[in-house]
Amino acid sequence: MTSPATGPGEPDVTVDALGQRCPLPVIALARRVAAVPTGTLVGVLADDEAARLDVPAWCGMRGQEYVGEVDAPCGRLYLVRRTT
Amino acid sequence: MHPVARETLRAALDAGWADPARLYRDGRRARMLLDGARESVAAVVGAAPDEIVFTSSGTQAAHLGVLGALAGRRRTGAHLVVSAVEHSSVLQAARAHERGGGTVGRVPVDRFGRVEPEAYAAAVRDDTALACLQSANHEVGTVQPVEEAAELTAARGVPLLVDAAQTVGRAPLPSGWSVLTASAHKWGGPAGVGVLAVRTGTRYRSPLPEDERERGRVPGFENVPAVVAAAASLEAVADGMAAEASRLSALVDRVRTRVPDLVPDVEVVGDPVRRLPHLVTFSCLYVDGEALVTDLDKAGFAVSSGSSCTASTLTPSHVLEAMGVLSHGNVRVSLPRGTTPQDVDAFLAALPGVVAGLRRTAGVEDL
Repeated sequence: MTSPATGPGEPDVTVDALGQRCPLPVIALARRVAAVPTGTLVGVLADDEAARLDVPAWCGMRGQEYVGEVDAPCGRLYLVRRTT
Repeated sequence: MHPVARETLRAALDAGWADPARLYRDGRRARMLLDGARESVAAVVGAAPDEIVFTSSGTQAAHLGVLGALAGRRRTGAHLVVSAVEHSSVLQAARAHERGGGTVGRVPVDRFGRVEPEAYAAAVRDDTALACLQSANHEVGTVQPVEEAAELTAARGVPLLVDAAQTVGRAPLPSGWSVLTASAHKWGGPAGVGVLAVRTGTRYRSPLPEDERERGRVPGFENVPAVVAAAASLEAVADGMAAEASRLSALVDRVRTRVPDLVPDVEVVGDPVRRLPHLVTFSCLYVDGEALVTDLDKAGFAVSSGSSCTASTLTPSHVLEAMGVLSHGNVRVSLPRGTTPQDVDAFLAALPGVVAGLRRTAGVEDL
């Protein structure tokens, strides 16, 4: 759990992938990241357990920065910064 | 089932049907067959015959091995050490131990799914009654540093249980175990036969109600024909095991090298070198694991998957999770004995089209 004061901060844009099963949250994330400028912090909100593994793994494969995860009222918010 | 197992089972149904605990002629013959099977399995796993008992499955062997070894050392304490990537049978036994008031330390693994021996040993405490480490991982094929871990745990006086289900009949077994478990269907034996080996001198107390069968460790009338068939099959695969292992290992190497060339955005997981000879696992980005298994099945290839969408639980495999690797679009290929280079080439020829078709349907080719 990360509080906003010490955490990675609020995302610039958020993708809602609640209720979607793998690999849909990662696909939604990839689409959103492709559409934003470099430096943008993108959040993907997901309640699928696999997202906890697949979002960081996607960042590694695509050379994007995995910033971390924060608990959300529903599911978790995974944060990714577009670096390339 | 191995042809030798099938043939032996047929014959043993006639010769070994009787109760080996009885003294009449057919009973004595069943006893002889059972003891012969025990001797031949003992020789392959490197144990004395009286250290071996037969269980009703590999899972039961793991349950009994974990809980029995813990019970045997309950005066020392109730702490259990396991790796994070053990087979579910070991992890479920660990959970049962926790429900009974015991404690469990779970040792993490690296990206290849391998425990670090020193980190493993560091999890051992003064009240540790048992440590468990698989010989090799069942999902990604990574071989664990069992002998190093065994030396370090032995120095603390803690017995090591080795779940060797993946290794018996496929590769040489590590030394240093106090308890070893295995499963006959993995070596081409019939379903319903497991092996539990407990080294002489290892404290063991059956977690089950008392029964005179199998040294008091496994209750009930032994399935003699199945055990005899399992032992015959193990002898058959152990003979020539090294040659078959190196042949299959070269085929796995081919899959490991070719798949990333043939299919874009694939992560081959597990240790590339310290691995089982017959197992290879990879994950395909943006692909639904269940659809991938179904389409490969239609193309004539029976594969497994650790993706959550293919499991009843909706959680990804605990092994992939502990390794921190991509979990969706996961495919596990296990090469049966006798797999030919042509079989592997046919798989490599079919895979790119199957993955591309699924990505096209999902509309993710541009991502």
